[in-house]
Amino acid sequence: MQCATHPGVGTQDSTARWRLEPSEGGVRITGRLRTKDGAAFVAAVRSATRDAGEVVVDLGALEEIDGGVIALLRADFKARRVHARLLCGDRFRPLLELYRDPRPARSQVRCPEPVLCHVGRAVVEDTGELRDALGFVGEMTVAGRRFLRRPRLGNWGEIPPLIERAGADALPIVVVLNFLLGFVMAYMSAHELASFGANVYVADLVAIAMTRQLGPLMTAILVSGRSGASFATELGSMRIAHELDALRTLGLEPYNWLVTPRVLSLVLVVPLLTIVADVVGMLGGLLVAVTSLDVTARQYIAEIRATLGFWDVTSGLIMSVAFGLVIGLIACREGFAASGGPQGVGRRTTATVVSSLFMIVLLDAAFTILFRVFGVS
Amino acid sequence: MSAVAVRGLSIGWGDETLIEDITFDVAAGEIFAILGGSGSGKSTLLRYLVGLEQPTKGEIDVAGAGPPDLDRGMPPFGVMFQEGALFGAMTVLENTALPLERWSGLGPQDINVIARSKLQLVELEAAADKLPAELSGGMTKRVSIARAIALDPKIVFLDEPQAGLDPVTAAELDDLIVTLARMTQLTVVMVTHELSSILRIVDRCLMLDKESGRVLAIGDPRELRESDDPRVHDFFNPGLKGKDHSWRPPRTM
Repeated sequence: MQCATHPGVGTQDSTARWRLEPSEGGVRITGRLRTKDGAAFVAAVRSATRDAGEVVVDLGALEEIDGGVIALLRADFKARRVHARLLCGDRFRPLLELYRDPRPARSQVRCPEPVLCHVGRAVVEDTGELRDALGFVGEMTVAGRRFLRRPRLGNWGEIPPLIERAGADALPIVVVLNFLLGFVMAYMSAHELASFGANVYVADLVAIAMTRQLGPLMTAILVSGRSGASFATELGSMRIAHELDALRTLGLEPYNWLVTPRVLSLVLVVPLLTIVADVVGMLGGLLVAVTSLDVTARQYIAEIRATLGFWDVTSGLIMSVAFGLVIGLIACREGFAASGGPQGVGRRTTATVVSSLFMIVLLDAAFTILFRVFGVS
Repeated sequence: MSAVAVRGLSIGWGDETLIEDITFDVAAGEIFAILGGSGSGKSTLLRYLVGLEQPTKGEIDVAGAGPPDLDRGMPPFGVMFQEGALFGAMTVLENTALPLERWSGLGPQDINVIARSKLQLVELEAAADKLPAELSGGMTKRVSIARAIALDPKIVFLDEPQAGLDPVTAAELDDLIVTLARMTQLTVVMVTHELSSILRIVDRCLMLDKESGRVLAIGDPRELRESDDPRVHDFFNPGLKGKDHSWRPPRTM
């Protein structure tokens, strides 16, 4: 049997050092054994007691031993089916007692879930989500009826600051993006229009595209990423901090107290932002018309006035009201459904943005078909 | 040598000093509690002891390694935060194994064995594959303790371990703390204001006083209970302070 001295390595204790030497019926260990020495120590004991069916490990002369080392040693003897007697003084007896039956290592590799299970789980989860969403709509309907009966009990005071947050604070980004959108649209079509001598029709193109589709759509996308995500995070955090429960215990209805002001603020704000988006988008087109297409500002505005009809603007505004309503409801519903700590809030915030974008595009398609069927655009 | 030694420490937030001239020692293997009313700086003192705040005045020595420096490498202590602070995306076993993976240099099999042993100590081996969101408050705290002792530190700091637990679960947690302290010579420094736990398991305690901005008392809680200082006495003997609460509404039946 060999005798080995091992200097300790690692950061915990640079003076750690242990020594293993043969003794009657097994091995005797001296020095200090820290967790980081565990693997090397167990390997040395295994090597020194390879063919033994019964081993005596004398730990009595050790200065120090960590519980992790005892766990590793006992697990190794158990795996090798070696009957081991660990001898020690009174000092380490409680530690040996604590780690008397360590479990063997178990694979942590998670097997990939079969496709069918995955599909089944997704269906069950989505069904639950749908049920919860319908439940939310039901709760909102009941709360809305209560609100209409006794409107003075509503949380009206919260609406102006929410409008400021969702509307005024979003104005710079809405202005910049929609101006660039109008500019790019006009710029991309400038060459083709000029080749037909139809320079002034750039005004028609930009004005109709912005008012009917791009203005409401781009504004709704910005609001969902900005205010929708913010509302979901806010309500989700309140939910996991049990603030919603506290509201209930104070006799305040969370749906009317929190959801109604948020939804109302978005229903008001999104159309207003859409009007701003429409105007600045047309200004972006004007810049290209004046600088690249030899169209004067007077001509550009006159062409827009001649082209734009009542329903071009109104259809976009009707869509924007629906977008505001949907963004508000989705954000509040996701926030209310948050669970599982900060991570759960993050998941619900992501879900808010994804669901809102999906619903915005879906509604946009539905409204476009509907307006065409009724001949309003 | 003391496991924790503090000399003339001032603690506070920003420029505001909360408590001045804190001096105490914690002996190896001792269960030491930091007490005080709400806002008296108990948890703030703990943040200084574990190196989350740097003292501008006074000295701290933890495990004979000088002031705690979390940038220096593996801390010579474990910490359990009040809400457990387990990582939500990891299982209980992965949470417990994390310090071992970071600092032990052992292979995955060995880490698995040690992490399971720690979970066995806190009687949560069966929950090894659960996520923290699936655990109760008491279980979360136990896992947090298992993670704190994963590397067999000589000192653990516990921030209000019994807070939010029912009396039975709190008593079980007390038993676990005592078992670990007595059987592994672990030094435990904990912030708490659970009187029953203090009187049951704490060897010595330090009491902070927000009003005077000083340490109010240090000693055996069973002796402090008999203190002549009314502030110390009131803390250990909470009562109705002489008010008449004998009135009851008349029975109608």
